[in-house]
Amino acid sequence: MATKTIAGVNINVNEEGYLTDPSEWTREVATEIAKEEGIELTDKHFEVLEFIRNKVMNGEGLTIRGIGKSGIVDAKTFYQLFPGAPLKKATKIAGVPKPVSCI
Amino acid sequence: MEKEKKHPLKKILLICSKANLEDVYAALVMANGAVMEGIETKMFFTFFGLDAITKKTMNKLHTATVGNPAMRMPGGLPFPTLLGGLPGVEAGVTTMMKKEMEKLDMPPVDEFLELIEAGGGEVYACKLAADMFKLKKEDFHETVKDIITVGDLYAMCDGEGTQIVFT
Repeated sequence: MATKTIAGVNINVNEEGYLTDPSEWTREVATEIAKEEGIELTDKHFEVLEFIRNKVMNGEGLTIRGIGKSGIVDAKTFYQLFPGAPLKKATKIAGVPKPVSCI
Repeated sequence: MEKEKKHPLKKILLICSKANLEDVYAALVMANGAVMEGIETKMFFTFFGLDAITKKTMNKLHTATVGNPAMRMPGGLPFPTLLGGLPGVEAGVTTMMKKEMEKLDMPPVDEFLELIEAGGGEVYACKLAADMFKLKKEDFHETVKDIITVGDLYAMCDGEGTQIVFT
């Protein structure tokens, strides 16, 4: 385990850059991780991030299908908001563990 | 030892030629998984696999209860082939499978294809098989981009880091 200075604060991260303690997450931290991933966060991004954080905090599994049915974004928009590997990127920015889902 | 140079997968082409529930889902899960990883993904359905993209049949796929040695009873006991041939058994087993899949958040075939399309994946039908089964573009689900020849398919496989998988 390592620490990394994100947005001027020392944050615990794993070797892949995922936060190991979701409570250390702030909007500023999210903005900075997103920048590293080449994403400029909008309000819509934050709505999705909040949804993901709530899901994970409740111990529920994450799938792209589930996010597509969240009422916040459809699957297509989710892919557009976090291009490339959306679930991996979104969880990293949301400060929660990397998902183990295959679907 | 010299460090081996890695060549990550950039594009994948999945060919699905069967329409057993499990064969189709194998291809769909692999395709969707590739899309999720940001890999350029194309699916090519041929022969009986066309059932999986034909509007009339796509959500009525079955799992085979005859000639499937891996079939088990719910308790884990072997599933006798003779039993699998009885009327209604295949339908019952299929319903059970679908229920288990839904629990894992695996969507029905049409929704799965839409999910793949949403992520930029492309779905194609084989021209030869479509001609053989007398199927036209309008018979196929909206996610089917085109009916193409084998030559067209290979032409899509240009570029470094491309793989073709036959399921």
